[in-house]
Parts: sequence; structure tokens; C-alpha cells
Amino acid sequence: METYYDPADLARFAQLGEHAPALAKKFFDYYGAVFADGALSARDKALIALGAAYAVQCPYCIDAYTQETLKHGCDLEQLTEVTHVAAAIRGGAVLAHAAQMKNAASKVGM
Amino acid sequence: MEDKLSSASRGLKLAPTLARRGSPLAGGAAQLARLAAVEISDPRGGAFDAHLERAGLAPLRASGIEVLQLNLGKVCNQTCVHCHVDAGPERTESMSRETAELALRVLAQSDIPTLDITGGAPELNPSFEWIVREARRLGRHVMHRCNLTVIASRPFSHLPQFFSEQRVELVCSLPHYRALNTDRQRGEGVYDSSIAALKALNAQGYGVEGSGLRLVLVTNPVGAFLPAAQASAKLEWRRELARLHGIVFDELYAITNMPISRYLEWLENSGQLERYLQLLVDSFNPAAAHGVMCRTTLSVGWDGRLYDCDFNQMLELELGESDESPPPPRHLREFELQALATRRIRTGRHCFGCTAGAGSSCGGATT
Repeated sequence: METYYDPADLARFAQLGEHAPALAKKFFDYYGAVFADGALSARDKALIALGAAYAVQCPYCIDAYTQETLKHGCDLEQLTEVTHVAAAIRGGAVLAHAAQMKNAASKVGM
Repeated sequence: MEDKLSSASRGLKLAPTLARRGSPLAGGAAQLARLAAVEISDPRGGAFDAHLERAGLAPLRASGIEVLQLNLGKVCNQTCVHCHVDAGPERTESMSRETAELALRVLAQSDIPTLDITGGAPELNPSFEWIVREARRLGRHVMHRCNLTVIASRPFSHLPQFFSEQRVELVCSLPHYRALNTDRQRGEGVYDSSIAALKALNAQGYGVEGSGLRLVLVTNPVGAFLPAAQASAKLEWRRELARLHGIVFDELYAITNMPISRYLEWLENSGQLERYLQLLVDSFNPAAAHGVMCRTTLSVGWDGRLYDCDFNQMLELELGESDESPPPPRHLREFELQALATRRIRTGRHCFGCTAGAGSSCGGATT
């Protein structure tokens, strides 16, 4: 079945450089530097990336950073906690907007 | 011994070995043939020796013998999913006292500085403590590869003290600092028992700074990927084992899973063999190849036969059947240091397991 998302397309990410090689090089250099060991370990960054992947709902990133975190020795219980962190932030962000609803309602309500 | 073995297995979930199930992969030739049949996308045809040439190492030769590694047999109280030995409680292959005495004579007649004891679970061999004492009496460094659970059982609970008295270096398997992945790879119940054993070893001084009693942990990936970076993983393990259990250790070795025996079967059954072997070939690292352990190790089987490493031993790639002319000695009885110290190493596709990424050996990463 044809779908918009094909797992094989993940390997074609590097082709981003075909029509704008200079920009792609800047991006990939930056990307590599971001995920290197630094003040945060590469493992911690991979876990954060998985949480961000959930939040932006990117199936490529979820696939890539699930594998990356497993390589760093994370287990499924740890990855599931990442899922809940993303869910709590996204859900919490909805609930925090209750204040906007209340403000709007109080302007026109009795 | 059977009662002791039952006691050491109590509470651990076991699975039948390849040998018990009569699997074709129980034999070395079938495993090598299966690996050779995998289609690899590689300009060098996935040939290990062609990659060695790239590293300037072909043909691969030993550069001395710094470690005599004795495999005391295939008897074990655990049945880990990834075991390259196909060890388990139902295996009966175990080094005799006569062969053990031969090994100690070889050690005494040479200046090989380190004796590395492995298995199976070496503690289940009746000569184990005698071997340790004799090697220490000869002034040799003794490294013992311990699965931890065996020393948590009652018949072997004296061993932490014995190890510390003999100043044995312990290299202990623990795939993860938490239970889930440890039990998935090594069987349910292994984690709790391993933690109890580590606490007993810490209490004896092992892993405690300044004690001189070295405690090394070994982690293997729980899946079809390369191990985590050893140095950063060690920091995380230190933090987490201290936080969760107050456990301390000296070093963490991150070792790649070798695509042979039970791990080969798991790769095949889960449809990941091609992808994993391709990963190993793609990750060939010339720097890691320079540090492969076979160049400085001589591996001895439970029956006294000689091999380049424990993996070749399990694949039945005997030194005596090498195509080198004349072939090097095949058995401890024929031990001849000079011929063995410069012997040609027997290689195959499985060797990509030791040269991938940061490299892998019984001493962890090789780069």
C-alpha cells in the first residue's frame, strides 16, 4: 500500500544536499556537533531527541532515536518514560491553555 | 556436582541449548556456512581477510602469547540468549584434572603472564579452585570470567573470600544496570541474583578504591546493534549502580555480540542476520583490527585442544587444521611457545564482530 511515509526514505535524508549542498553541509555539520558528547552526554541528548520526536510526531525521528537510545544501552522501561514525558508536556500545554479559555469567557460571560 | 549445579540454577529461568534441541547450528561448520551464505553489499565481498589487507594486517599473525585462556567447559547454571558457547546445565563437556594439570605445566614452563579462566561457568568445574591456586602459586595474574549468579548460590558462597585471598581479577557479566534487559538476555531471575553477588564482592573489597581487588563488569547489547561507547557508558553505570544499589566497580567492558551459536540463531529467527552482518562489515575499523585479542591470546578448550580465541574454539576452528605449513601444535601436549607465538590466525566472517566500531575483545573495546 502506498503511504506518505516510507521507512526507506530515512536513508535518503542525506540527499537533502542535492540542490543546496552548502546549506546541507552546514546543517549536517551542526547536527553532528549538537549530538556529540558535551555538557550533556550523547546518550542524554538521544533521549531528549526521542522526546522531541514524539512532540513533533516525526516517524523518522522516532525510528532513528529509538534505535539510537537502544545503542546507548537504554531499556524499554526508560524509553517508555520518555514517551510519558512527551505526553505530559503536550497534555500539560493543552491544560495550561485553560487560562486563555477562562480569560476569553470572563470577557463576555456574566 | 549435579546437586551444586541444580542449586546454582535455582530461581533462574532456563531454555534448552542448541545441542539439546539437535539444532543444525550446534555445529561449527554449519554456523560458518550460514555466515558465508549471507549476501553482503561490500566491494570486498564481505571477505574478512580482504579488509585485513586494507588495514595492512594480512595475513593476520600472532605477535606473542600474553594470555593463556582456559575454557573449563560448557557446563553453566544459566542459558543466556546470546551465548556463543551454547552453554547450559545439560552440557557435560568439562575439563578433566589431567588436562588442567597439563595446562598448569605449560604455564609453569613458559613466562605467559596471565591466565584467563572462562567457560561455561568455570566455578562448576571440580578443578576450578585448584587451577586458581596453582596459577597464583606460579606468580601469574589470574583473570576469572564470572557470571555472578553462580557465586550467589549457597554451594559457592565462599568464593568471594577465596577470590580476594588469591587476588583474582574478576570480569563479571551484567548486560545492564537494571533488571529488564539483564533478564531478557540472561534469563529471568539473573538480575536479582547478580546484584546480590556484586554486593557480596563489594563487601569483600572488590571494586573498592585502594583495595587492589579489581572488579570489571561486562555489557553486551541486548539486541542487534553495536555496544554503547565504553567510556561514557561507564560513567552512567557508575552513577546508576551507586544510586540503585550502592554498588561500586572499577571498569566496564562493552563487548560486541558475536554472530555465532545461540546469538546467530536469535538473529536468524528474528530476521536480522543479514542486517547485523552488514552492520559489522560496514563498521570494520582498521584501528580496532590492530588490537584484536587473538594476536596475543592462546585459547585452550576443555579437552586441551588449542585455538586462536574462544569464538574460533566454539566454531571448532582448530589450530591443528590450519592451512599453515607445518600446522601449529594442536593440543596442550604438543605446546611449543615459538610456533604458537607467531602462528597464522584462522579467520572468517565472524571476525568482523571483533573489528566493528570501537572494536571488541575479552578486554572490551580495542581502540
